[in-house]
Amino acid sequence: MIAQNIGFWIIALMMIGAALRVVTTNNVVHAALWLVVVLSGAAGQYILLAAEFVAITQVLVYIGAVMVLFLFGTMLTRARIGAESDLNNSYKKLGIPVGLIMLVAMGLALTDSFGDERLPESATVVSTQEISDQIFGPYLLPFWALSFVLLAAVVGAIVLARKD
Amino acid sequence: MFVNQFLFLAAVLFCIGVYGVVARKNAVLMLMSIELILNSVNINLLTFALRNGSPDGHTFALYIIAVAAAEVGVGLGLVLLVYRNKKTISLDDLSEMRG
Repeated sequence: MIAQNIGFWIIALMMIGAALRVVTTNNVVHAALWLVVVLSGAAGQYILLAAEFVAITQVLVYIGAVMVLFLFGTMLTRARIGAESDLNNSYKKLGIPVGLIMLVAMGLALTDSFGDERLPESATVVSTQEISDQIFGPYLLPFWALSFVLLAAVVGAIVLARKD
Repeated sequence: MFVNQFLFLAAVLFCIGVYGVVARKNAVLMLMSIELILNSVNINLLTFALRNGSPDGHTFALYIIAVAAAEVGVGLGLVLLVYRNKKTISLDDLSEMRG
C-alpha cells in the first residue's frame, strides 16, 4: 500500500505539471508532447486502479492513434514549427477564476461526500473476460451504437478532409 | 489509498482542461484540452469501479475512449477544412454565426 501511494503521488504530480504545461505552453508541438506525458500518467493510474485492459487500450488508442492525429493536424494547419505568440484568447485571465471556482466547488463536494473513505485493500484485477462479458452482454446495444458512431466519424472525416 | 485522492486528481485535471478550453484560441490546442477533460472522467469512472467492485466502469471507460477517438477524428477534419477555407484556425476569427 505504501509503494502504491508513493507511485500514485509521483505520477499525479507529473500529470498535473504536464497538464499545466499543455494549457500554458506557446508551442503547439510541445503541447502535444506534454499531452503524451499526461496520457501515459493516466495509463499508470489505471493500472493502480486495477484496470489493466483499459490502461493498455489507453496506450494503444490515445498515445498511439490520437497523438498521431494531433501531430498531423498541427503539421497540416501550421507551416511553422516553434514558439508562437497568438495561441491564447484576449480574455484568458477569465479562465483562471473559472477553473479555480470549479475546483473549489468540486473539492468541497468530494470532501463532504467521501471524506477519508478508503479503496478496498485487496483489489482483484478486472480480467478482460469480465469486460467482454459486460460489452457483449448488458451493454451490447451501446456497443452497436458506438460502432455506427465510429463508422460515421470515419466517413465524415474523409468527406470533410478530401479536396473537391 | 483513499477514494478521494483519485477523485481530486481527476478534479484538478478537469479544471485545468476547462481553463484550457476557455483560454486557448488555437483550435488544435482546444481539442487537446478536451482530451484532458475526457481523461479525468475516465479516472473517476475507474475509481468508482474499484470502489464498488463492479466492472461496469471499465466498460464505460472503454466506450469513452472510443468516442474520444471519433471526436478527435471529426474535430481535426473540421479544423483542416476551416484552415483550407480561411487560412487560419484562430477561433476568434470564426465569427460568421455572430448575429
